[in-house]
Amino acid sequence: MSNEIDLSRRKVLKASGGVGLLALLGGIGLFRPSDALAEWNKAAFSSKAMDEALAGLGATTPEANAAGIQLTVPEIAENGSVVPVTVSSSLANVEQISILVDKNPNVLAASFTLPQGTEAFVTTRVKMGQTANVVAIVKADGKFYRTAKEVKVTAGGCGG
Amino acid sequence: MANPMKIRATAKEGVTEVKILMQHEMETGLRKDADGTLIPAWFITEVKAQYQGRTVMEAQFGQSVSKNPYLLFRFKGGAAGEKVSVSWVDNKGESRTDEATIAA
Repeated sequence: MSNEIDLSRRKVLKASGGVGLLALLGGIGLFRPSDALAEWNKAAFSSKAMDEALAGLGATTPEANAAGIQLTVPEIAENGSVVPVTVSSSLANVEQISILVDKNPNVLAASFTLPQGTEAFVTTRVKMGQTANVVAIVKADGKFYRTAKEVKVTAGGCGG
Repeated sequence: MANPMKIRATAKEGVTEVKILMQHEMETGLRKDADGTLIPAWFITEVKAQYQGRTVMEAQFGQSVSKNPYLLFRFKGGAAGEKVSVSWVDNKGESRTDEATIAA
């Protein structure tokens, strides 16, 4: 009898310890019922520096390519909390587009995986704490290309 | 329960354009509330769009994506009346899936 109680107590302890992980796994499980989705790139998204973020994306030395990548950002952003960013590319076989902000606390903002049949064209909105460079990294045919544009921010987007 | 997304999909000349507006706080984990306590990070980490059971766009987000994330992308194919579904999951494991009918 006492043995049984002890056992259930252990189970409870074990369960409570693993709750965070279980919740995480559960969330992922719900989200991707069948096909395997690339796991959230924690290393790249927690990077505080550009080099680190690029390494996390596997793009340590992207080739500068302003002609093949069209990065559309406002020259001046009055509100740093919503800065529209559009990245498109004329390169062949674009597989991935990533958007980074070099002076944000977390440099990598978003990364898009584009299967075949999806155009190399994405628009989103990012937060910018201060005037900084918005960097677009495009992966095409297994190679990484880069372009950047400065956005002047008059009111930061990360204030309290 | 998370709020629904607004999804607008339009087919034109063989290409479907999908615009998505998600409703999410996108807390960076760096802001402090009025008492000076750090507000924990809470943001969408992954977004996936599907058309006829096939993934047409997958995105991973970090904290730098704006509150109520907006997303626009285009894929080849799609016709009026067909459906596009979009799902997201956040760093707390919450998720949401919504569907939209492609308009001409």
